[in-house]
Amino acid sequence: MQTLPTHIDRSSDEYRSNRAAMESKIAEFEELQATARLGGGQKYIDRHKGRDKLLARERVELLLDRDSPFLELSTLAAWGSEKPLGANAVTGIGVVNGVECVLSAHDPTSQAGASNRYSLPKALRAQEIALQNRLPLINLVESGGADLPDQGEVFLSGGKWFRNMTHMSRQGTPTIALVFGSSTAGGAYVPGMADYSVMVKERAKVFLGGPPLVTMATGEESTDEELGGAEMHSRISGLSDYFAQDEIDAIRIGREIIGHLNWRKLGPGPTMGADEPVHDPDDLLGVIPADLRIPMDMREVLARVLDGSRFEEYKALYGTSLITGWGSVHGFPVGVLANQRGVIFSEEAKKAAEFIQLSNRYDTPLIFIHNTTGYMVGKQYEQGGIIKDGAKMINVIANSTVPHIALMAGVSYGAGNYGMSGRAYDPRFVFGWPNHKVAVMGPKQLAGVMSIIAREAADSRGMPFDEEADDQRRALIEAQIEYEEQAYHSTGRVRDDGLFDPRDTRSVLGIALSATHSAEVKGTAEFGVFRM
Amino acid sequence: MGFAIVPHRGTLAGGSFTHRMIQSVLVANRGEIARRVFRTCRAMGIRTVAVFSDPDRGAPFVREADEAIALDGSTATDSYLRIDLLLEAARRSGAAAVHPGYGFLAENADFAQAVIDAGLVWIGPSANAIRRMGSKLESKKLIAAIGVPTLKSIDLTGLADREMVQAAAEVGYPVLVKASAGGGGKGMRIVDGPDDLVSAVRGAGREAEAAFGDDTMFLEKYLRNPRHVEIQVLGDTHGNVVSLHERECSIQRRHQKIVEEAPSPAVDPDLRSRMGEAAVAVARAVDYVGAGTVEFLLADGEFSFLEMNTRLQVEHPVTEAVTGLDLVRLQLLIAMGEALPTNLLNADLTGHAIEVRLYAEDPLAGFLPVAGRLTRFEIGEGVRVDSGVESGSEITVHYDPMLAKVISHAPTRSEAALVLAAALQSASIHGTVTNRDLLVRILRHPEFLAGETDTGFLERHDPAELGAPLPSTEDATHAAVAAAMHAHQTRRSEADVLQTLPSGWRNNPTDPQITVFDGSAGEIAIGYRFSRDGATVTIGSNSPVPFAHTVEDDTVTLEISGRRRRFRVHADGDRHDVDGPTGHTHLVARPRFPTAAANAEPGSLHAPMPGKVLDVLVAEGDQVSVGQTLLVMEAMKMEHTLRAPLDGVVTSLRAAVGDQVEADATLVVITESET
Repeated sequence: MQTLPTHIDRSSDEYRSNRAAMESKIAEFEELQATARLGGGQKYIDRHKGRDKLLARERVELLLDRDSPFLELSTLAAWGSEKPLGANAVTGIGVVNGVECVLSAHDPTSQAGASNRYSLPKALRAQEIALQNRLPLINLVESGGADLPDQGEVFLSGGKWFRNMTHMSRQGTPTIALVFGSSTAGGAYVPGMADYSVMVKERAKVFLGGPPLVTMATGEESTDEELGGAEMHSRISGLSDYFAQDEIDAIRIGREIIGHLNWRKLGPGPTMGADEPVHDPDDLLGVIPADLRIPMDMREVLARVLDGSRFEEYKALYGTSLITGWGSVHGFPVGVLANQRGVIFSEEAKKAAEFIQLSNRYDTPLIFIHNTTGYMVGKQYEQGGIIKDGAKMINVIANSTVPHIALMAGVSYGAGNYGMSGRAYDPRFVFGWPNHKVAVMGPKQLAGVMSIIAREAADSRGMPFDEEADDQRRALIEAQIEYEEQAYHSTGRVRDDGLFDPRDTRSVLGIALSATHSAEVKGTAEFGVFRM
Repeated sequence: MGFAIVPHRGTLAGGSFTHRMIQSVLVANRGEIARRVFRTCRAMGIRTVAVFSDPDRGAPFVREADEAIALDGSTATDSYLRIDLLLEAARRSGAAAVHPGYGFLAENADFAQAVIDAGLVWIGPSANAIRRMGSKLESKKLIAAIGVPTLKSIDLTGLADREMVQAAAEVGYPVLVKASAGGGGKGMRIVDGPDDLVSAVRGAGREAEAAFGDDTMFLEKYLRNPRHVEIQVLGDTHGNVVSLHERECSIQRRHQKIVEEAPSPAVDPDLRSRMGEAAVAVARAVDYVGAGTVEFLLADGEFSFLEMNTRLQVEHPVTEAVTGLDLVRLQLLIAMGEALPTNLLNADLTGHAIEVRLYAEDPLAGFLPVAGRLTRFEIGEGVRVDSGVESGSEITVHYDPMLAKVISHAPTRSEAALVLAAALQSASIHGTVTNRDLLVRILRHPEFLAGETDTGFLERHDPAELGAPLPSTEDATHAAVAAAMHAHQTRRSEADVLQTLPSGWRNNPTDPQITVFDGSAGEIAIGYRFSRDGATVTIGSNSPVPFAHTVEDDTVTLEISGRRRRFRVHADGDRHDVDGPTGHTHLVARPRFPTAAANAEPGSLHAPMPGKVLDVLVAEGDQVSVGQTLLVMEAMKMEHTLRAPLDGVVTSLRAAVGDQVEADATLVVITESET
């Protein structure tokens, strides 16, 4: 396999200005993550620790194998809202007793670990990842329940949580609930639906209705311990399978449960050399254009992501706006599709459709690196059948069964997002760099289109066109789209699985690919009818 | 005086003599001395036969012998001291000769005679010589008679308490109470005044009876802090006796030599020749044949005869080093009837040799012997190591806890001391506490280096200070970092999944990876983090500092604050032995999760189900041992027996016969005994 060369010039103005822009973006991103790590803030952290309890991230760290990597998901959920950054929860993929698992922990310092309109999709997304990739799910439970003001947005879809748990159980993917504190009302079904439940002595509190509610309903007087203590559930109700002396003991038991599963991954695992790229990933910061209107050289990106910078390019001279080819990441073979120059023409669409079929034939996971402004428009292209070719591409993407991982690297506009296996196409993971943008089209284009339509409407009614109002409206729309297309905006709404520093791309993809190999990695030859 | 070195009978080389070829040797001993004798035997093409007790079944000396014969029993009395079994072993193996080593039966005249009577060659002096020198009392009389100076001494046999006190006054305090059959510090007491005399005699007598089967005691003038200087002699069957010059063995703990050297810094050529002549005269007085040692006390330039050891000494290697001779070979040649080679007459001394005795003992706890598994025992190049153990050896309570003799030989005394200290410091000795750090500090002590060695060295210098760990607190901390890096590397290389990912990688950084070690200096918490911006280590509650490390097999190289040092780490589960530039640090990593047993409510016994108490077999305050039946109850027509989960005392009994108890009711509480 060919080793990709590099042509960057570290002393060029372009490299330097790109790097400066990216460094400030990363600094901003890291500051946001630091805020999220604080959960409910120092005061609540101190109070929680004062009760001799471990923080959510401390629980997670202790559950994980020493020195093993941990990929935290959706770190900036709830960005741009009045809710705490991180959405009162910590989720991620990590190694527990040698087994890759999905960990989903309430953060009790943050609004008592309540589930709001961002926490719920974050937790459901973690479940979905566990389910799709056949990863055992460990819930670290301590939550006050639903964020009541948000009930309208969490009540109905919240039921999916328990449905997912039983689906996982049916599939043979174990679910474990380590109950550190409150898990009441609907939350009581987390240990209820789990294959294994572990409750901490004098701390776990699992009941449908607490003492006041019971008094109101039946007049019976009762205590928390009688209704839902760990002793009661371990000795009387049998809802608790393991009685833990304390939090650390509960984590130890959780690790032991994973240990006894005799877990076997179904994917073939890494099969290729996992050597570091020849070219330093640090230079990605100078490779990524500060102005996303300038195309990104995807070969320079791949040279800093793929094992040994090795890349075997497929159809290098055809449909050159889209790069396709094979390489590996941390030893996992992958097919890569990357937008070299934003636009997708008929050639690129057909090339992608072929490439994805081939990858399916040989059970090779696919990585889509987004930097697309969409499919080409214009008379020549419409007449040339761009819709038919785009349809071919979407057909294979939608029906492909090998794992897809979407990496939002630059812009991802319009149907290009679909063609590159965007969120709607259920890729196993969607990750983004903090600089990326996603929208139906760019803010200027969108505002411009709106303006043209308004002008035409005015013309057709024979009305005068208010230029001043149009200018104001254009500016407003542009500002709105600029805000909404930001990476933070979509990650805040859990439309991806998280943002990360571009220099971490290899690690993120490596963990994600390894996770996909927990399930069977199998392609398909079955697709919809192709328009020819 | 005026003793002649030149033999007055026979000739040195040639002449007529009976030549007996020895083609096989049984060593009636164990451990390092058995291996030492075997080594020379092998070099001379002589077949080797070992004997072994039960605990020694797997010992290196047994494995290395051409043949090994089992002796029944574990204790010395049941094995290495059984003359009948040893002779039977010689018969069965067809051994032609018996080498007694040192200790056990080496100076037992009956054994020597029994060997000779069985038609075997005894590699040692005659039974008569052993007997005469074995009695310290008789030997002193004999030596006094030939004009060699001795210390004043009085036989205590048959003396009443009052007479003993008188005798002591006559000798003059302080006096040394000694067993006539004694050796190795056993059966010996220093007495400063009449009050302690009688009890000291009794105590030493009991010890002597137990150790040597002979409680004959005598008093001797005790010299404060003399030097202990001894002369190696060799005698052959042709009447030749030569001196191979002196060894100094002044540094002792509890009258047991721990540092020995040749030549002595206190002996000049004139004194050497005078002491040599005296030693030869002593040997001649008993027609000595073989290797022997005449021990003297040296104070103020005057020497007095102490005793003669009629065997090869533990410390013989220093003489071998400076003379270039193989004393075991010479023992064998003498036993074969050969005459001593002429060149021994004036054996040259080359350079300086120092031996230390490495013991499994705790200098910080009064040199208490320590048993356990020697998980690793590796001493580097450049020194001679005479050892009975190897990595994995079990150190038992059955025998002397000496692990090895380590010997350096260099052109000068201070070089020899420094080479030996460095070899000891860098050796890997894991699994048991040893006196290694004490030995290193002695060898580097200004007083020792100045040659100011006497028997009071370890009284002037606190063994607890000399024996404290060589690594400083900072060194121990860095050793902990090395152990953490080694453990980290092991975990990463053994990871089943995501092995090639960066260690401890986080996209959202959290706490560093922390390992808490317990070491001799207390708790050491090591936190580390690897990131794109470099690695940092956090020691205790300090701020993180940048560091670099590499791990290659067991070698960890650390660079902290620009200081680069190498450590070797041997990990066995949570136990880490780290050999660093300043010495050894033993660390135990705390488990992340306390064991399940530690979490069980200790000592409480609960009713397994609701039922009736049928019988209570203990009362409050009773001492119970683990597994003992405490209570019987009936539930669902089945009898259930509750047994003690641990050794302890019943501190609470909450059930009586006939009681109906609920499930999980606490019935008995046992408080664990202090051990």
